[in-house]
Amino acid sequence: MAYIQLNNQLPGITGLLENRKDTGAPIRELTQILLRGESTLTEMERELIATIVSYRNQCRFCTNAHSATVIALGGDADLLDKIYHDPENAPVSEKMKALLAIAAKVQELGKSVKEEHISRAKKAGATDLEIHDTVLIAALFCLYNRYVDGLGTYCPEDPAYYQKLASRLATMGYGSPKDPGVRIGEESFK
Amino acid sequence: MAYIDLRNELPGIRGPMVYRPETGKVLNELAEILLHDENNTLSRGERELIGTYVSSENDCFFCQNVHGAMAQHYMKSDMQFIDRIKKDFQATPISAKLKSLLAIAGSVQKGGKQVTPEQIEYAKSLGATDREIHDTVLIAAAFCMFNRYVDGLNTWAPQDRQIYVDRAPMRAAEGYSQAGLVK
Repeated sequence: MAYIQLNNQLPGITGLLENRKDTGAPIRELTQILLRGESTLTEMERELIATIVSYRNQCRFCTNAHSATVIALGGDADLLDKIYHDPENAPVSEKMKALLAIAAKVQELGKSVKEEHISRAKKAGATDLEIHDTVLIAALFCLYNRYVDGLGTYCPEDPAYYQKLASRLATMGYGSPKDPGVRIGEESFK
Repeated sequence: MAYIDLRNELPGIRGPMVYRPETGKVLNELAEILLHDENNTLSRGERELIGTYVSSENDCFFCQNVHGAMAQHYMKSDMQFIDRIKKDFQATPISAKLKSLLAIAGSVQKGGKQVTPEQIEYAKSLGATDREIHDTVLIAAAFCMFNRYVDGLNTWAPQDRQIYVDRAPMRAAEGYSQAGLVK
């Protein structure tokens, strides 16, 4: 059970965003712009940034949700295993490895990002905007992970829940689900 | 110097916000609701203090000075008092409830899982509402984002702390909705 009374029984972040629509709206919009907006990074690449940060923050709900989204976008279990344990040997481009390394530094602290991390990414072809978005996505997940765990939200165990959630995130993105039919997860709570 | 060419000379978070106005606008909206919206039982000063304390723990010079100056303005205190709160809030004469909320914010800064049910129960026993606890956690989490955005891109910050104090009354009057989005 969450540490505070919510107005719904949705798990993880979904319950928090529905509980407080005033703060939920800009958080959803920021996520939609960064993870689904126009970008030279693919949706999969941006989900990998969300996944590596959530994993390192040990946020089970966010790690499960975004790793399932990586799968829904065409990734596989080996890719995820490397992202968790050995990102330098992940089957991604050198540019993406450099951006994942920046994201991992942001997860530690802003000041942990050093000139050498940035120059590596630039040498591998990363643009200023790609570096900007990598830092902001990583920082955003430092918000999400703390919000989800800091309020002790419910984290479903059933992989089927995350598959359903990921299917929605992969096809519909991060807007507020208007159709109550897509309010998934309430049944798994009970 | 910032790590990327921001195409403007603005300090701190204002640089990347103007560089990417689409995300800048939304970040401002979030700050406005969390810190400036009057529909909140936590005072503006208390909310700014939570942001200041987390920014200090994250060692973000720009954010701790911007928001420390805002807290100082609302609380009609001086810079020394804000500095004492950052260093050891338990030893300052702020309310027990605010101390309990700052303790929760300090745990959020370290990691979401660091917040304990005992900390939450203690804050509730001192009168903190669910909404106040929610806002404390989200403000602390939001500053873990803002601080990383500012320092992860190595933005520059004025070193004279009085500059931040001088700007605070204007920001308090205007709020955050349009903050820094014009050059």
